[in-house]
Amino acid sequence: MANTDEELRNPSKPPFRISREQAIELVIPVVAVLLALLIGALLILFIGKSPLVAYGALLKGAFGSKRDIAEMLINVTPLIFTGLSVAFSFKCGLFNIGAEGQFIMGQIVAAWIGFSLTGLPTVIHMPLAFLSGVLAGALWAALPGYLKAKLGVHEVINTIMMNYIALYFSHYLVMGVLKEPGPIPQTPPVQAAARLWRILPGTRLHFGLILALGAVWLIYYLLFKTTLGYEIRAVGINPHAARYGGINVSKDIVIAMSISGALAGAAGAVQALGVQFRFLDLFGFVGYGFDGIAVALLGRNHPFGVLIAATLFGTLARGAITMQSIAKIPKQIIGIIQATIVIIVAADEVLRRFLKSRGAATQALVEAGEVEGDGN
Amino acid sequence: MQRRLAFLERGFLTLQKSMKAPIVEMRAITVKFPGVVANDNVSIDVYPGEILALLGENGAGKTTLMNVLYGLYRPDEGEILIRGESASISNPNDAIQLGIGMVHQHFMLIPPFTVAENIVLGIEPVNAGGKLDINKAIHDVEELSNQYGLIVDPKAKVENISVGMQQRVEILKALYRGAEVLILDEPTAVLTPQEVDELSAIMRGLVSQGKSIIFITHKLREVIAVSDRVTVLRQGKCVGTGETKNTTAEELAQMMVGRKVVLSLEKEPAQPGDTVLKVDDLHARGSRNLPALKGVSFDVKAGEIVGIAGIEGNGQSELVECLTGLRKATSGHIYVNGIDVLNNQPRTLIEQGVAHIPEDRQNRGLILDFTVAENFILRNYYRPPFAKGINLDYRKVHAYARELISEFDVRTPSENVLVRSLSGGNQQKVVVARELSGEPKLLIASQPTRGLDVGAIEFVHRRLLAQRDQGKAILLVSLELEEIMSLSDRILVIYEGQIVGEMTADKATEGELGFLMAGGRTKRGLLTEGSEESGQYRRRTQEPLKTSFSHIS
Repeated sequence: MANTDEELRNPSKPPFRISREQAIELVIPVVAVLLALLIGALLILFIGKSPLVAYGALLKGAFGSKRDIAEMLINVTPLIFTGLSVAFSFKCGLFNIGAEGQFIMGQIVAAWIGFSLTGLPTVIHMPLAFLSGVLAGALWAALPGYLKAKLGVHEVINTIMMNYIALYFSHYLVMGVLKEPGPIPQTPPVQAAARLWRILPGTRLHFGLILALGAVWLIYYLLFKTTLGYEIRAVGINPHAARYGGINVSKDIVIAMSISGALAGAAGAVQALGVQFRFLDLFGFVGYGFDGIAVALLGRNHPFGVLIAATLFGTLARGAITMQSIAKIPKQIIGIIQATIVIIVAADEVLRRFLKSRGAATQALVEAGEVEGDGN
Repeated sequence: MQRRLAFLERGFLTLQKSMKAPIVEMRAITVKFPGVVANDNVSIDVYPGEILALLGENGAGKTTLMNVLYGLYRPDEGEILIRGESASISNPNDAIQLGIGMVHQHFMLIPPFTVAENIVLGIEPVNAGGKLDINKAIHDVEELSNQYGLIVDPKAKVENISVGMQQRVEILKALYRGAEVLILDEPTAVLTPQEVDELSAIMRGLVSQGKSIIFITHKLREVIAVSDRVTVLRQGKCVGTGETKNTTAEELAQMMVGRKVVLSLEKEPAQPGDTVLKVDDLHARGSRNLPALKGVSFDVKAGEIVGIAGIEGNGQSELVECLTGLRKATSGHIYVNGIDVLNNQPRTLIEQGVAHIPEDRQNRGLILDFTVAENFILRNYYRPPFAKGINLDYRKVHAYARELISEFDVRTPSENVLVRSLSGGNQQKVVVARELSGEPKLLIASQPTRGLDVGAIEFVHRRLLAQRDQGKAILLVSLELEEIMSLSDRILVIYEGQIVGEMTADKATEGELGFLMAGGRTKRGLLTEGSEESGQYRRRTQEPLKTSFSHIS
């Protein structure tokens, strides 16, 4: 038995001691990032440049000035949303690869509501346009969720296909009914009343960041403090036990996909209403949805983890541009670093074993002290 | 204490008498895990050609000790000698090199591969071109299988063979790698009674050819039946070693649990009340869409335990699933307190007062990666006092969990621990606590003690009887005939999706039940000859009508 009688009698004793397992869970992403930066540094050396200069430029690009920080945060904002989107679906045992398509739908619908309605006050128009984008993303994800719940069609296949449908559907709309008169395939600009507030004077930083931070908290609360979150996590870990417990698994799958899609739609909406102020025809996928997968993975599918991971990815993406222009180092290096992080985190079992075997002896000593302290 | 000392002394004498040198000696092994000493100064010896039973409750350190021998853990202290020489075993390959093979409780086979492919995996015979020589593999496997009397079909795919057969494949895998010492970790936990008998014959055959077997178990009956010597572990410590024939089940049970254990249950006669569950002509299909239930009818009254006896796969699982809303029946009626609940959702049934201890606690009964507290509310989290609007009141959840933990004596450091980290017995206590605390009217207990140790079994049985005495209706489904016979007030026998016999428990005999379980209902003559004692039961087939008769042999 793992416990002493004393512990059993005082179950209220604060159990706040991070276990070794939990500590390893937290350490893995950090190690992954450091390792990836190290590999990046070696690559930079290999092409005959200085890693110090490169990373210096990277940091300067992301944090060098008020404007740089603002631009970095603008990058971070949609990643928070899409990261949350993928993480939330994972929590219900679903893999929403369709964040990209939901992002597109959110973007184009938010832009449409944003430019087509006129004469509304900001307090109505802005939330209305934003929520329309959110709703569009939710519906776009609800369909594969419904197919999964009712027919058992795997959501990965359907969400991938829905990405392409969203992409080509957006071409159709922006070349047709939603097109601004003129040669360029784009929608008319969003009305001033629908644009997200600027929150840092002199920069483009917009209210979307606040919305994203709110979403982080909201998703955390939903998952860990509500009955719905309890259900969704139960379904995600063990749908058989969830069903035995009386949970309507099909319903929860549709709900979880819809919420996941809503978050991806929100990412599209803030880009339309806070950055571009219109929908520009897409040449291909923008990638925020796909990056969301990496962000969720690195963030361990936890809302706060997602926030940190999105910040890191946003910083790297923003810094890469300066690194290329100042230090003349191809920004693809950053792509390699990001990919390395993803690989290490995805193959975390290797790292976990390494971390466990190392320092096992020290741990044993610590525990031995505790064991002897137990009142036998 | 005195008895224990006597037992130790006898063990010591045996050792002295034995002239053969041990093949495995583990000396003063200590293994520490965070917060626990899993093995505390444990020593065992294994001699060639013997079966050593390693007996202990779940969490006593049996598997840990064997994992040390198999190189999966390094001991913090202690020494291992193989054939008299000190050995350093740092991984399973070292162990295999030294002639030690292990069959884990959960098999390590690749289902789509054939038996032969699984056995040679990792050390495949290859022909000149470096290609797998499957014919040689099949030949080798056949040879090995004949030598030790382990009958397998080398060309069959593992996914298509029975669990008992898979276990033989695991044993052959170890033998193929030259194992002299076989470690079998709870080998009978997954087997049907028939397969258990086959396994003990196999084990006897292996030791008669000079192999040694270390047999990890917590079942006293098996220790008595197959082992030559037994070592008992309790809470990581070795509490005794000796020859099996010099001890008794009672003595072993006491050493294992550390206090006197009542192996037989005392119970008052049942006082059946109103009918709580009535099943009428229930039909349902099984997983492979074949008919699994073919017109099942019976009832369970308040204050009685009705046991369903049968060999695995005769429709028990489907019946329980239909009764709990987890499977759609094709026709029939299920009345709970007079209300037809056929094909209702699981939640509707929960709200009708139907509690369910599922047969598979890890896959259905529990969410292993949820905490103890979260598991306690699995079936009523959505209702007050736990649910408050959309919120879940975790303070109330935790308070409730602490209550149940102390009431049901769940051994856990706190309610915030993941259920995964508890021992099997304590996991089952979580399920039992949850299901009984909801004040059910009907309790459906499916294999409620599967894989549990003596202490936990006793606990579950007592709780079930207490529920009965409080006037709850209980349907008990179990593959353990002993359990059915000692707990039930009435016994039904299920065979191929039909109830083929019904009798009161006091009149039932093992022979009679076993005969019916094996499908003996059509051969009436055999029944009269085969049974030893008189029994009263009703025939429940369509043609012979519901005649009750008794017979004397």
